Amino acid sequence: MKAKIRTVAKYLAALLVAVSVLAPMSWLFLMSVSATSDLTRIPLEWLPRQWDFTRYGRLLSLAPDQPGTLFLHALGNSLIVATGATVICLLLAIPAAFSFSRYRGRDGWLFASLAIYMVPPVAFVLPLYFLLQHFDLLNTRPGLIIVYCSLILPFLTWMLKNQFDTLPRDIEQAARLDGLRVWQVLLRITLPLAKPVLGAAALFGWLLAWDEFFYALLFTSNIAAQTLPVTIAGFTAGRATDDGLIAAVGILASVPPLFIAIWLQKTLVSGLASGGSKG
Amino acid sequence: MLSLRQREQRQAWVLLAPMLLVMLLLTAWPLLRTIWLSFTDAALIGSGEAPGWVGLENYLYAITDADFQSSLWRTLYFTVVSVAIEGVIGVLVALLLNQKFVGRNMLRVLVILPWALPTIVNAMMWRLNFNPDYGSINALLTQLGIIDGYRSWLGSPDSALNAVMLADIWKNYPLVTLLVLAALQSIPDDLYEAARLDGASAWRRFHAITFPAIVGPLSVALVLRTIDAFKIFDIIYVMTRGGPVDSTKTLSFYVYQESFSYLRAGSGAAYAMLMTLLCAVLITIYMLLLWRQRRRGSADEG
Repeated sequence: MKAKIRTVAKYLAALLVAVSVLAPMSWLFLMSVSATSDLTRIPLEWLPRQWDFTRYGRLLSLAPDQPGTLFLHALGNSLIVATGATVICLLLAIPAAFSFSRYRGRDGWLFASLAIYMVPPVAFVLPLYFLLQHFDLLNTRPGLIIVYCSLILPFLTWMLKNQFDTLPRDIEQAARLDGLRVWQVLLRITLPLAKPVLGAAALFGWLLAWDEFFYALLFTSNIAAQTLPVTIAGFTAGRATDDGLIAAVGILASVPPLFIAIWLQKTLVSGLASGGSKG
Repeated sequence: MLSLRQREQRQAWVLLAPMLLVMLLLTAWPLLRTIWLSFTDAALIGSGEAPGWVGLENYLYAITDADFQSSLWRTLYFTVVSVAIEGVIGVLVALLLNQKFVGRNMLRVLVILPWALPTIVNAMMWRLNFNPDYGSINALLTQLGIIDGYRSWLGSPDSALNAVMLADIWKNYPLVTLLVLAALQSIPDDLYEAARLDGASAWRRFHAITFPAIVGPLSVALVLRTIDAFKIFDIIYVMTRGGPVDSTKTLSFYVYQESFSYLRAGSGAAYAMLMTLLCAVLITIYMLLLWRQRRRGSADEG
């Protein structure tokens, strides 16, 4: 009897968690495929009388006077900025992580870089603004890419260092004795061994950039460089004519990170533990 | 021998230099510059004149400013309450996901979704759910007979901040769950078996086996969450813009307005520095936790 009650409680709790996760997200999807007249009906019928997927079509078309122009530009900017910043940071973080992992005595720098990563962005934003202004980089993708390096770099370095720490060193040492240079050892021996993790770490960095809002809001002003989060916030700020359209943009913007997260399930935890929080 | 050591040292620095230079340029330099700005009356849009030195004036003004104080208390309330609830729900859900039941793996994937959802999409989603004319929350509560008419949750100072906190909790308790669950999965089953054979009660088992195993990861998760909640900006910006009647104006939002709406870079910088000082306390705690964990880790290895 007691076991039975326990089992029932377990399934009820599981159901509650599942519903609480899915309900708000489902509403977002339902809004994106319902007519406004269906949404304002009281009492609400929840499911639309007419499933309407045209909003997605309008967002994915470049025809003039369609919201697609705005959305697709923002999507392009987000992809370019997140990918560009991630690639640059990988190039800088790999040797740095290797150095932290293989040579003792510089951990203070590692901790300092992680600590500064957690300082509120308001503490950097004004000088960065003046800096970008000075070099004419406000409202440009390169400008955002440069700023995002300050977010992704400490995080990637930390994550990769933890990974390099777990790799065996005897092959490296043997290779060094055979006369290979440090960077040859790194490229030919260490990196191939760390390959699976490199991908996961890079995707984490990419997600950080994809999600970033504060700098993007302040350093961009139109479709030349605005990323998806800024565009979505702009949609919600204006007296938008159609909330269903905003919901559709939200759904589309969530697809890449949701897929990445499900795909990275296994590495997620070690990544999170190394400070991969999203503000 | 010494020259070999010196060569090693040089190699280490060469590998490290590019990353450190970028970090110094993008973080250390702006931070020092912000500190300098905070002692001036600089404006965001330069009039061409050099900003004047005002000493501690910006700081003194902030400390005595009722607006600044209330946004500080608001931020602390938001942080403490959200993170406490995230901790409790996070641990409970982790304990649930550690049980055996049909559909467990499915549920583990589901719990990741809120964490992965972009912050801005999450804010926009809750804004739509709380919508006064056709939000799902009004419809649901009305149909269940809990409220008698549609309400403007984000439009009233009494409920706006709590509505924003709900959005934050929903999105962020999974972080706690994931970290705690990883720790739970590392506890060997036979420990529990042995405890059961010894006749230890369920509470005793939790107290003696489960809790010690999760206390480390849980404290890491809570400190991380505290730092993030303290900096809260994105959700506020999209859901309420600090309103109604400043009821959701947190510190980050306050600094943002001072610098970019009122264009007072000098005092904005001072507020940012005050916020950073408070954050520094939390960051220090986090660093000590990490340091301790690593020490333990290397002790385990050798």
